[in-house]
Amino acid sequence: MEYEAVIGLETHVQLRTRTKMWCGCANEYGAEANTNVCPVCLGLPGVLPVPNAEALRKTALTGMLLNCDVPSYAKWDRKNYFYPDNPKNYQLTQLDFPSTIEGFVDFEFGEGTERVRINRAHLEEDVGKSTHFADHSGVDFNRAGVPLLEIVTEPDLTGADMAYEYLNALKAILEYGGVSDCDMEKGQVRCDVNISVRPIGQTELGEKIEIKNMNSFSGVRRAAGYEIERQIGVLREGGTLVQETRRWDDAVGITESMRTKEDAHDYRYFPDPDLMPHTPSEEWLAEVRASVMELPLARKRRLMADFQLPASDAEVFVGDAALGDYFEVAANGAKNPKAVANWVMNNLQAKLVETGGSVADVKFEASAIGELVGLIEGGQINSKIAQDVFVKMFESGKSPAAIVEEKGLSQVSDSGELEAFCNEAIEANPGPAEDFRNGKETALNFLKGQVMKASRGKANPQMVGELLKNILGS
Amino acid sequence: MGNMREDLQHAVKLARIELTAEEEARLGSQLGDILKYVDKLNELDVEGVEPTAHAVPLTNVLREDEPRESISHEAAMRNAPKTANGLFIVPKIVE
Repeated sequence: MEYEAVIGLETHVQLRTRTKMWCGCANEYGAEANTNVCPVCLGLPGVLPVPNAEALRKTALTGMLLNCDVPSYAKWDRKNYFYPDNPKNYQLTQLDFPSTIEGFVDFEFGEGTERVRINRAHLEEDVGKSTHFADHSGVDFNRAGVPLLEIVTEPDLTGADMAYEYLNALKAILEYGGVSDCDMEKGQVRCDVNISVRPIGQTELGEKIEIKNMNSFSGVRRAAGYEIERQIGVLREGGTLVQETRRWDDAVGITESMRTKEDAHDYRYFPDPDLMPHTPSEEWLAEVRASVMELPLARKRRLMADFQLPASDAEVFVGDAALGDYFEVAANGAKNPKAVANWVMNNLQAKLVETGGSVADVKFEASAIGELVGLIEGGQINSKIAQDVFVKMFESGKSPAAIVEEKGLSQVSDSGELEAFCNEAIEANPGPAEDFRNGKETALNFLKGQVMKASRGKANPQMVGELLKNILGS
Repeated sequence: MGNMREDLQHAVKLARIELTAEEEARLGSQLGDILKYVDKLNELDVEGVEPTAHAVPLTNVLREDEPRESISHEAAMRNAPKTANGLFIVPKIVE
């Protein structure tokens, strides 16, 4: 019998805000332990939480980017459990009226595009960070109360690689929207993976196994791959699967049982009495909607269509949005946008890395790159001179035409003048000239190099090649 | 109402407490009285009444994302029975 996998993901993402979800403590990674804490996020008695408006905006924005509805009513609930990293003994979350519901994410997978439906993206709070020692644990509550968005998919993913590509696409969208920095190293993205398998053709789902708290996408891919094989193996051998929670051991590369359904938690959810519901108005939603931007996949496709860029170039500009914006201005109206893309990705990028600057610091107008390409294509300068012109543009901010004019860098395409250079080169280098006449093609490059040198790089290299051949061939 | 003894044991387990047989009997009957009292609400006819999570007619009580001074580290740790390296020390967490 053949089996198929069914995967759903719950991805937790820390929102990029200045303060925590319910109090004014800084939402900041890497501070000294227990310094960004106050009575609210320490769960001391008698305090009142007040929701962070920016976190609600970013949640709604995320919903819009994930094609979700943003309902006109959302509320918070208490999820009760004891754990040392959870100072209030409950986590504030959204159970039955989340801030966003029912969307989808389109992402590239294999040769085509796949769609995974989003069940909801709801707002909750992060817990403290535990450090484990030999005989005790230590807790830092700086992270407690940081706004955390939980993005829940429908079980639409059918394999480990597909889950991996969805996560990458989701991360790109969240980074694009400025919703989260998605820094995996800082634990800003964590993932729970729900996996079941069933015989192909069966409509009901198999027993769901959850792998908790994955902190890397490649880990999700490996764990899902392992778990699918394991479950199919159990069924093939006539065994049965029970609903359970498992833990991924990354070092060994296996999952192990943590708890089964019998000792599943009883969270006793109830509405939080301290937090009033959120009822976004049309005006508020319109304001959020104004910051909805083009999604990475849409941008990639547009760059490929409008500027005839190969996928790899478009991906560079999608991956670095500021560079992409710059390219679009530079390539606007350019006859050869691909050439403009090369200048932006290679020369400009290299200069920015070298100087540690960003595109905002570039002194010349973005359109100057288009002009530079125009000068090369029009034969006014050759590509070697163009490199020098670019360096001067970067230093001075002057237009390429002005630099060419000022420094007398115009390409020499006057055949009389070039012929003189060629004759000089041949006379000065009888050996290579003879070699070429005897059929050694590469000798021509040497002579060409001499001519370029004599003309201080300004000679039109194609014309030089042809002239040399003519002279030597006659 | 379900089995009172089972309900009590479940609540005891969730609250991570232990009860003596005497406490179990006393608290069991008290819990029964409380639940019976709350059960009276079921006598109300709420046909056509929208369920609500809040009785207070307030919504959108929010604050802007402006940082405020946190309390000092010393003040934060003051009530902790045990601390080390700036951390709250707790029994070893293993799940």
